[in-house]
Order: sequence, then structure tokens, then C-alpha cells
Amino acid sequence: MTQDIRELKKLALRIRIGSLEAIKARGFGHVGGSLSIADALAVLYGAVMRVDPRNPGWPERDKLVCSKGHAGPAIYAALGLLGYFPYEDIKTLNQPGTRFPSHCDRNMTPGVDMTTGSLGQGTSLAAGMALGDRLLGRDSRMYLIVGDGELNEGQPWEAFMFMSAKQLDNLVVLVDWNKKQLDGPVQDINDPLDFKRKFEAFGFHTQQVDGKDIEGILKAIRATEGVKGRPHAIVLDSIKGAGVKEVEDTMANHSMTVAPEVFDRWLDGLRHELAALEGEYAHA
Amino acid sequence: MPDIVYTGENDPRTFKETIGKTIIALLESDPKVIYLDADLMSTIGTYDYHRKNPDRAINVGVSEANMMGVAGGLAATGFKPIAHTFGPFASRRSFDQVFLSAGYAKNDITVIGTDPGVCASFNGGTHMPFEDVALYRAIPTATIIDITDPAMFIGVLPQLMDRPGVKYVRVGRKSAARVYRDGSGFDVGRAVKLREGNDLTIVAAGIMVHEAMQAANELARAGIEAEVLDMFTIKPLDEEALLESAAKTGAVLVTENHNKIGGLYAAVCEALAHRLPTPAACVAVEDEFGEVGPQDYLQQRYGLTSANIVEKSRELLKRKA
Repeated sequence: MTQDIRELKKLALRIRIGSLEAIKARGFGHVGGSLSIADALAVLYGAVMRVDPRNPGWPERDKLVCSKGHAGPAIYAALGLLGYFPYEDIKTLNQPGTRFPSHCDRNMTPGVDMTTGSLGQGTSLAAGMALGDRLLGRDSRMYLIVGDGELNEGQPWEAFMFMSAKQLDNLVVLVDWNKKQLDGPVQDINDPLDFKRKFEAFGFHTQQVDGKDIEGILKAIRATEGVKGRPHAIVLDSIKGAGVKEVEDTMANHSMTVAPEVFDRWLDGLRHELAALEGEYAHA
Repeated sequence: MPDIVYTGENDPRTFKETIGKTIIALLESDPKVIYLDADLMSTIGTYDYHRKNPDRAINVGVSEANMMGVAGGLAATGFKPIAHTFGPFASRRSFDQVFLSAGYAKNDITVIGTDPGVCASFNGGTHMPFEDVALYRAIPTATIIDITDPAMFIGVLPQLMDRPGVKYVRVGRKSAARVYRDGSGFDVGRAVKLREGNDLTIVAAGIMVHEAMQAANELARAGIEAEVLDMFTIKPLDEEALLESAAKTGAVLVTENHNKIGGLYAAVCEALAHRLPTPAACVAVEDEFGEVGPQDYLQQRYGLTSANIVEKSRELLKRKA
């Protein structure tokens, strides 16, 4: 493992820890879908995106729209770790007057590029932002994270058609194919069949990678840079609750209410992993 | 103040040509203005412009929800988007997108919904929004304009470009009675007093302004002097103009090409109830769905004529203290 990949793995662990710390402070929240995108966020914020935490509104920055807005805790953890605001603030998640609501809000949280939460809507917003950046001659890139349950909605498919028709090659859709939605398995509720083939049929440059494979995700995103004239889709073969075995094994892990000692047990496990990676680094 | 030139005669221009020309003029004068349409460019005369300027006039296809989101995203990058489709698709079809992706997210956009209410005539009930104003009124920060004539559209649309919030313009595509001289200055949020009177106040918007003026003329022949306000800005309502007139006349009749629930009548009643309880009545759609037919038939069918205004005005006057 190269040092860069090890650093990203550590960042992913810290994003998981931050997500759980934020949710623990409130006692309940969207655990499963926050954990499942931690690795992708680590790659994006740790290695790929051109951003400046001291200047969140920098027009030329790369942008991220988390259309599955309920993964706010993971986004906040990543932004807090990057220094957009004091990290400890994320523990005010969903407290009265907080800047950290359940669902992402661009007018509340520094570094959040778009308001999302009503599923599907982030897709068109991301399309408009990517188009706007292109029309203004900016070389910014747009990273759009969508959930697999979210793709039950119709609007994303309108937006995907539009992205392809307008040849938005500055836009990368990351599909968090974590196999579960609120009520149960995605396959049982409204089987989406094969996302990869769907995106290919929509004209996207499409790849599929293991959602926990940091190196694979990084390679896939790098591969998008050379393909022009088409938007990009990366299907992340992920696990809802990834990184915390007990959450992975819980069927109803979309929004969880858990006792503080349970959160502590999960956090201890993640901190242990982080310490191990840091030890590995120290001895490398 | 706008220059009033009302004679009852139609403006020689159609709204259709006026809407297209006004949008194109805005695109040509401000590079930050961008126009989106959901496959209805040909209905307002913008398709040829789009063919020559596909990056300024963008056809998103038949996907209104997507169009509102794309408009919101363009606003977030610094553009001033105008999104057009027929009224029902600009309101009920894409309401959550306008509400959240534009309104709640503070992505300021202007939405033009054509063929409001009975103006949808031959497209029938599916295309006939009697509820678009009610929906937009429930969006915090929204501005709602019901256009009276071409001069008003030309005068008002440019003002909306830099106005914060969600802006909704409902306007027909056929011709309408000419009320204002071109170049008239309109203040968004300020009603226009079209006629002075002491016996009752008629508050009208959109196509009902002409009906109100015809009714006022007929009432005058019977010795009843109606004051007519063109309340083209439905939100924010010009409460001062309303209250000043209501205090003088002591009776308020509201007429609108919309369901009586949630629209201009509701806005006026809310203001009166709160600040100056006054007998009020409406000439509006009586909580019904739309149906197909020529516009004059539909105005008869839903009771949206000057004769209806005269009749309801006489009834209202009996309730006056």
C-alpha cells in the first residue's frame, strides 16, 4: 500500500468516526448511508477535488452535490476534517439552531455546495451547476453522489438524459449502490436491475468499482479525466453501513437510534483500525 | 405610474410574440440571463433563437422537474435563469423542485407559466391551472405576477431578473385588451389604480382586468362608481393600496382567472380580515376543475365575465354597512 492510499484509508476511517460522533451526540440519525460513502468521500476530498477550505465560495472550485442529502453527517465530517469549520461543531447535528441539519444545506454549512434532501433533486441541480461552470469557461468538475434507493425517483433519469444530451463531461455521477433503502433491500422494493448497463444506455462513460476499494475508486475517477464528450458514472458496489460490522449486519440501518455505549463500541473499533494504520505508517 | 390607455380595444400584438421578443431582448442585453424551456419554445416564438444560440436558450425537453433543478443549479453558478412551460407544468408538476431546488435552496429563478386558467382553452382541463397562484403563494419569498397586457410584460419581466427569491409570471399567449402604453413604468408590488370610485373596490388581475373595466363602465351607467385596482402583483400584495381603497368604498370585489381558494381573493381577504374587516366577494372559479373549449365559452362557463362582476357587485353592495 502506498503512503497516499494509506492516508486516504485513514481519512475514510476519520470520516466514519466523525459521522458516528455527530450522530451519537443526537442519539439517532442516518448511519447506514453515511458510512457507505465514506471511502468515496475520502478519495474525493483527500485526493481529487480542487477546493479551498478558507474560501468555500471560490467559483473555480470543484463541486460536490450529495443528492442523497441524508448522508449529511459524512459530508460534515469530511468538511470538518478539511478545516471548513471547527471539527467539534459537527456534534451539534440536528440540535436547535445548528449549522448541521440532517440533510445538506448550502446556506447553512460552509463547504456544502448544494441543498439536497428531497431525493432526486440534487441530480438536476448538479447538471445545472456543471452546465453553468462550462458556459462560464471554468474548468471546475462536478461530483454528484446519488443513492440506489434514490434512483427509484424519476427526476434523476430526466437529469441523466440531460447530462448526456448536453455532453457534460465535467460531471461524474457516483452511484452508492449499497443495496438497501429505508424499507429494505433495493432489489425487493423496486428492483433497479443493472445500474451499469442503464448508465451505459444513457450514454455515460461508465465504470463499476468496489465501494470500499480506495485505490479502485481513485483510479476510476482519474480515468474520467481523459474521456471527453460524455458524462461519467461510477457505480460504487458498496455496503450500507460499510466499515462497522454490526451496522452492516443490521437490516434496518437507514436511520438508527442507538445507545451511547453502542456508538462507543463502534467508535472504539474504528479508532483501533485507525491506530493500527498509523502504526503501520510509523513502521513503514 | 403606468400610463393608462384603456379603451376596451385589443392590443394588436399577441402575448405569444411579446413573450418571445422580451425574453430574447433580455438575453441579448445581459449575458447572465439564461433561458430554459421544456419543449415549448415554439409556443412563445423562441425556437429559432434557440437554434442559433443553443447555449443561451436551452431546451431541456419534456422534463419540467429537471428544468427547475437545472435552473436552480445555473443560478448557483451566477446565472439569472428564466424557465418557461405551460402554467400547470410550471406549478403543480414541478412544485417540489421550485419550492426546494429554487426557493428553499435560495437559487433565484424566474418561472413563466403560460396559458393560466381559462386561457388554456383548447388544451382543456389537464392544461388549465386554476391553482398555480395558490401553490406559488405558499412558497416563502415568492413573487407572483398576473400579466394584464403586453406593455406590462415588457415592463415587468426585466425587473424580475435581479429580484431575489422565486418569481412566477402567469401570462396568456393570445391577445388581450390594451391597458397600458408601452414604456410604462411598473413597480412590482404596487397596484395600479385604473379607475376612481367611491361605491366599491374591484380588485382584478390578468385577463379579469378588462372584464372589471367593462363591468365598472356598466355599473357607472347605473350610477354606481367602482374603483378598479390592477393587482398585477399578487404576492407581495399591495396591502396599502387595497386598504386605502377599501376604507374609502367599504366593499371589495375580487376577480381572478383562478380558483377562489388560495389566489388573489384569498390574499385580499386575509389582508382585510387582519387589518380592515370589509364585506368582500369574488368572481373567480368556484373550486372546480377545468374543461375544454373556446376561452369566451369558458369564461361564461366558470362565471368570469363582466356580467358576473356586475351581478356580484350589486349583491355585494347590499351587504355594505
